[in-house]
Amino acid sequence: MRFRAKIVDLGCLNHFTRVSNTISKLAKTCTLRLSPDKLYFILSDKVANGGVSMWCELGQGNFFDEFQMEGVAADHNEIYLELTPENLSRALKTAQNAKTVKIKLTNKHCPCLTVAVELPSLSSSSRIVTHDIPVGVIPRKLWTDFREPTVPDFDVSIYLPVLKTMKSVVERMKNISNHVVIEANLKGEMNLKIETDLVCITTHFKDLGNPPWASEDASQDRDSENMAEARIDIKKLLQFLAGQQVNPTKALCNIVHNRIVHFILLHEDVSLQYFIPALS
Amino acid sequence: MKCLVTGGNVRVLGKAAHSLSRIGDELYLEPMENGLSLRTVNASRSAFACFLFAPLFFQRYQAARPPQAQPPRCKVLMKSFLSVFRSLAALEKTVERCCIALSPESSRLVIQLHCKHGVTKTYNLAFQECESLQAIFDPAQCPHLLRAPARVLVEAVAPFSPALSEVTLGVSRGRRVVFRSYLEEDTDAAKAMMTEMSLSEEEFQQLRAQEGAAITFCLKEFRGLLSFAESANLPLNIHFDVPGRPAIFTIEDSLLDGHFVLATLSEPDLCSQEPCRPGQGAHSTAHLDDFASDDIDSYMIAVETTVCEGAMAAPRTPSPLSEEEEAEPNVVPGTPPLKKFRSLFFGSVLAPTEPPCEPNPVLAEDSEGEG
Repeated sequence: MRFRAKIVDLGCLNHFTRVSNTISKLAKTCTLRLSPDKLYFILSDKVANGGVSMWCELGQGNFFDEFQMEGVAADHNEIYLELTPENLSRALKTAQNAKTVKIKLTNKHCPCLTVAVELPSLSSSSRIVTHDIPVGVIPRKLWTDFREPTVPDFDVSIYLPVLKTMKSVVERMKNISNHVVIEANLKGEMNLKIETDLVCITTHFKDLGNPPWASEDASQDRDSENMAEARIDIKKLLQFLAGQQVNPTKALCNIVHNRIVHFILLHEDVSLQYFIPALS
Repeated sequence: MKCLVTGGNVRVLGKAAHSLSRIGDELYLEPMENGLSLRTVNASRSAFACFLFAPLFFQRYQAARPPQAQPPRCKVLMKSFLSVFRSLAALEKTVERCCIALSPESSRLVIQLHCKHGVTKTYNLAFQECESLQAIFDPAQCPHLLRAPARVLVEAVAPFSPALSEVTLGVSRGRRVVFRSYLEEDTDAAKAMMTEMSLSEEEFQQLRAQEGAAITFCLKEFRGLLSFAESANLPLNIHFDVPGRPAIFTIEDSLLDGHFVLATLSEPDLCSQEPCRPGQGAHSTAHLDDFASDDIDSYMIAVETTVCEGAMAAPRTPSPLSEEEEAEPNVVPGTPPLKKFRSLFFGSVLAPTEPPCEPNPVLAEDSEGEG
């Protein structure tokens, strides 16, 4: 098992830092899966996570100037690591004006993902910062726990409004209620609703648009004005809205009525999927 | 004692208070002929800090009235002193003059901030008369010296997590200066991130230490002095010796100087070679070690001296404590506690055979000092 990667370009570095910051906001620990072409940050839907799961996929070619890896075996050319993303994010924070950043798998006092940063200095020789992030190597027999989640057979798919707007709405709702009902239809309308004994608040979004596949996939007999809804934990939703730093070019969500909300953020070669289960 | 600080120096004074507040809960004010000294020591007496502001730092400075009299000494709660200088930005923007007066008759330390638009804020702080707080140390006795602009050192420790308590500073191969996170023995190495920063010798103004020299000390206190040194744009000197001996961090200017004395961790293997205290063998439980490491007597770095009015109980250790330079650096410090910081207090004559203090007497000893 070998892994070595290098980032030289500052733009790529910032981008990678933002992705890792996003992950660290969404998961305390996650799985980093390395394959020759792609990296994946995975959070599987354990009860301990409140049933939330995440799947983030990035093409290595868009981030790394060098990327070498050798997996467990030739026919299983992949590496699965358990990682605390907060550590990775902290390590990358010190690399803000780095000349180069190298990330490699090392075996020090324990298996580590070592982030070595070369920083400019006042003298002729650079400053070197290294961070040894302890990781757990996940054995092959457990790999099946981390399979890509299947896109649910959704009732409605809709583009999300500007995430910042949505965030500021949800932020305020959080002070009043622990749950929020998210509902949408195939006419590009989405509502966020909270209800308590004293007050009932709904924020309406219009003309959001539905992705082209929405009308094909959704059940044929569905009335376009008919809302699909799911009641979800407002904290989980806010964590997602506040934590994301990828500035997606496309953001959408799929709702399976009373079952799950599936968010997708797309930005160039990064895709982030986030699943929040509906509360009964 | 009466003094007047004006202009940008108010901020400097405030900044010093901030950096002292990282160490101790009480601030000792000692007006002397050669300036006003602000000192503090931490609860476990493993860190001592002292700023001396020269008379020239002040617009007006009078240590005692009449001039021949013994100037009063006092200690105040750090929290209350800090509250006067809480917002450095506000100090800079609004305060024009700061007047500090200490008169034993009124039993109050009076700090007046004269602000813009004729606003005057007066703080009356209750104080306690006390003995002089002295740590016994001598930078000249330290074989190793590292000198660098504060900025370089600030950047060198920037990558370390704020939660990290200790850092190891050493000279590694190729004479590179290395800062490394120090993991306490009970932390799970498989969970904690290790960080290391390595800088070229060229970035330092002076490096007098051979390869392999290394010490481990508290990061929080160090950051406190660094932030002061950085704002004053002063270089910082780090005087150090073998692990276990205190490291002395100094800054100097024509108007002020600052000394921070921090305990360093003794090397575990070095420690095990030394005669163990009874009941403190290598097999002693971690539980016991925890208590032992709280043992104040054996690694006291600073003690109050010149007993005043007999109000203070005499220090338990009969020792040559009075003057700063009176230290006998060759006296081996009292038996070091296992693992933890060893004595900074060179003058300790605690006999190696003396049984380790039980936790209870230790606690009592600590509160005694509070008067």
